[in-house]
Amino acid sequence: MNKVENNKAWWLVLPVFLLVAFSAVVPLMTVVNYSVQDIFDANTAVFVGVEWYREVLQDSRLQDSLVRQFIYSFAVLLIEVPLGIAVALMMPTKGRMASLCLILLAIPLLIPLNVVGTIWQIFGRADIGLFGWALNSIGIDYNYASNTADAWVTVVLMDVWHWTSLVALLCYSGLRAIPDAFYQAAHIDRASNWAIFRYIQLPRLKSVLVIGILLRFMDSFMIYTEPFVLTGGGPGNSTTFLSQTLTKMAIGQFDLGPAAAFSLIYFLIVLLVSWLFFTTITHMDKDK
Amino acid sequence: MNHSKRKSFGMSLFILFILIPIYWLLNMSFKHNEEILGGLSLWPQDFTFDNYITIFTDPSWYMGYVNSMTYVAMNMVITLLVALPAAYAFSRYKFVGDKHLFFWLLSNRMAPPAVFLLPFFQLYSSVGLFDTHIAVALAHCLFSVPLAVWILEGFMSGVPREIDETAYIDGYSFPRFFIRIFIPMISSGIGVTAFFSFMFSWVELLLARTLTSVEAKPIAAIMTRTVTASGIDWGVLAAAGVLTIIPGVLVVYFVRNHVAKGFALGRV
Amino acid sequence: MSEIHLKALAHSYSKTPTGPEDYAIREMDHVWEQGGAYALLGPSGCGKSTLLNIISGLLTPSDGDVLFDGKDVKHLPPQDRNIAQVFQFPVIYDSMTVFENLAFPLRNMNVAEAKVQTKVHEIAEILELHPVLNKKAKNLTADEKQKVSMGRGLVRDDVSAILFDEPLTVIDPQLKWKLRRKLKQIHEQFNITMVYVTHDQLEASTFADKIAVMYGGQIVQFGTPRDLFENPNHTFVGYFIGSPGMNLIDVKPVAGGVAFDGIQVPLSDELNKILSEVPYNSIKIGIRPEFVHVWDKATEDAYECDVLHMEDLGTYKILTLKLGGQDIKVRLGEDHDVPVNKAYVSFPEQWLKLYVDDYLVEEPSVEDQVVEEAHA
Repeated sequence: MNKVENNKAWWLVLPVFLLVAFSAVVPLMTVVNYSVQDIFDANTAVFVGVEWYREVLQDSRLQDSLVRQFIYSFAVLLIEVPLGIAVALMMPTKGRMASLCLILLAIPLLIPLNVVGTIWQIFGRADIGLFGWALNSIGIDYNYASNTADAWVTVVLMDVWHWTSLVALLCYSGLRAIPDAFYQAAHIDRASNWAIFRYIQLPRLKSVLVIGILLRFMDSFMIYTEPFVLTGGGPGNSTTFLSQTLTKMAIGQFDLGPAAAFSLIYFLIVLLVSWLFFTTITHMDKDK
Repeated sequence: MNHSKRKSFGMSLFILFILIPIYWLLNMSFKHNEEILGGLSLWPQDFTFDNYITIFTDPSWYMGYVNSMTYVAMNMVITLLVALPAAYAFSRYKFVGDKHLFFWLLSNRMAPPAVFLLPFFQLYSSVGLFDTHIAVALAHCLFSVPLAVWILEGFMSGVPREIDETAYIDGYSFPRFFIRIFIPMISSGIGVTAFFSFMFSWVELLLARTLTSVEAKPIAAIMTRTVTASGIDWGVLAAAGVLTIIPGVLVVYFVRNHVAKGFALGRV
Repeated sequence: MSEIHLKALAHSYSKTPTGPEDYAIREMDHVWEQGGAYALLGPSGCGKSTLLNIISGLLTPSDGDVLFDGKDVKHLPPQDRNIAQVFQFPVIYDSMTVFENLAFPLRNMNVAEAKVQTKVHEIAEILELHPVLNKKAKNLTADEKQKVSMGRGLVRDDVSAILFDEPLTVIDPQLKWKLRRKLKQIHEQFNITMVYVTHDQLEASTFADKIAVMYGGQIVQFGTPRDLFENPNHTFVGYFIGSPGMNLIDVKPVAGGVAFDGIQVPLSDELNKILSEVPYNSIKIGIRPEFVHVWDKATEDAYECDVLHMEDLGTYKILTLKLGGQDIKVRLGEDHDVPVNKAYVSFPEQWLKLYVDDYLVEEPSVEDQVVEEAHA
């Protein structure tokens, strides 16, 4: 669409600008400020330059949780994206059943994060939870509180339970936007179900999938509450992800300087990965 | 029609996967603690409302729901009020710094809430907003507004400019045109924006807990008090959890007809 | 090769149709002959797209049969019917090149790659798609896309009919005639039955040898464009074909003819006889604006009318007259004198049509009479 040049449009964006600036700029400046100073008390602060950044980058706890964070984000993306597409393909297309499925699918998305954690905390326990009890009664020694592998399985399963619906709903919506004629033409061209998926559905899901993957990447990369409630980051530190490490550092130990430096690095990683992903996708589009 | 049978079978499996953990919570919320801890039962043997009664008779419990809903509603209203005009500007006009502004807005959605915990606490304390609903609503706006602007911009770009021009020619003033003609045309977009704002604000705990202590404490934070020295009060915890699911179900019910169109986010 | 026979065909979208109004297609028998170029013409909602989808197999009719060369294909899916279909909005596979698009049906049928190459190049040549053969299909213009979707039908040796569902809707006006000519040329080159759905009479008459006019779920007339113009056998055809459409006037029978608003129109004895024998709900007379005769001055057979309005359309003029209480449209050549205030018109018997309950009533022609007598 041809847009009209008009600087008065700034008046329309001004409220958003002020609101977000108030909530983002001031706190961000605070963080930057902390990250370059050593604060002893309210009146004494010493400029330390990039000292905190150096310290944070060498901190093995952080490196470990960064690695865990990447593994976690990729694991959930790898499961949720294909599963979400599959669910979208299986959804009924119209009628009451479609409405019902939509409502049921969306429920996990709207449950407070700590309740999600609580649901799985209960569900996975061998004494009072159906899932833990069922696994143990068929002879699998499952205990997410003491076994690292079990803890990971539960945390990932919880995320899949919680968020696959988002990918599914986005894809469902994308699929509904494909006119019937495309399917009819494909049938006439004797396309197999796989070919229909590969050449009609998938290309038209691309834009919603980009959004879905970006949202899922960002949110899984910032995850805090659910694993905190479920495993408390344990056993040991095995399910401690970046946000939890950060809060522990900032509020638990009150290491403000390193925490601030870490915050900025954290933010930059999310920005960088999102940007890389986005530009790669849009670039691929242009080449072809 | 083997194919469609396989489809509905797969769908049913996934729905079951979604529902069973929720059912388990619901099941537990109607049991006494003795029954919960006494052994596994697929449905309450000794059905009780006691857990719910505990919540509904204690203001320090149910006010948590009121608090949560208050700041969520505030967040949704503020988000839509500021995002609508901004999205309109982005979809219709070119202006100095428009692209930079847009990307800067979106980049805020990528900031981990944990990063802002302490600065938010200090900021809102210093302006005297600590432990108020509006503080939480504003903090959540940082994350819900960028997404809202982006979603709405997509829908608005799908509405041809000619509509605007025709309305002016027909003598509509801008506010009247915007409310009477334009907004109804992007109702799916507004529905799904409201959904996303609700989704973020209602489920978020980290910021909401940090910015409140008593007066505006969200239900999600109050739930932690079921953990006491004498153990966890599982029944009440489950009942409190079930009650947090209900508002979400209502919201989805209201926007269900917009989902098919809305979740494409105006970008298909 | 394929002759398409629709036998006692009817279709209702409702599972329990209670009356004719529940039917999108009312019971019909119809034959599309092998190799013909046909148009299916009608207003939106008349059931033409439904009929097309029944032929292609996208819909299974609720009653009757669809026969291809005498073989019942009613329950066969589209892919087993040897047909191709071009849709209103171009259907192309976005992520593929033009070449891959054209090769797609062949590759789905596991045709040898060498054959795919020659076939695709051959069809691309005919459709003038060669310059864009290696371009991504999504970057094409609308008319190129439409050619690609047609090409996917043409590459298949087994296709014996191509169905077009308003294929020119999204094409720029100046390209429409080019594409239409291309269609015509392809029809002549390949021995393929083509059925072309449209609501545009000009498109229909330039493309098709014979046009089926649909109205209310029925084919009300099937004939050459000239037939439809000169001899519409249903009031709808009269009204829908031609610009402006036929003048249709409600009349009552009187001795020696019919009358409206006190104006008598004489009819032949034959027609009077028929009229006195058949039961009826309505009687209309119809005459095309082109065939209304305008006299320079009052004559014996002419009716006097008020001139209401004149529209000059360059090569011809449209005159609106008031005759009794009726508006009558008259089409005049550009060199014809335009009457002012009063005009005198007559309806030549040859072009005056009589409709009982909307269907044409004709004098039995000489041949018909001979046949009837032979039977008697």
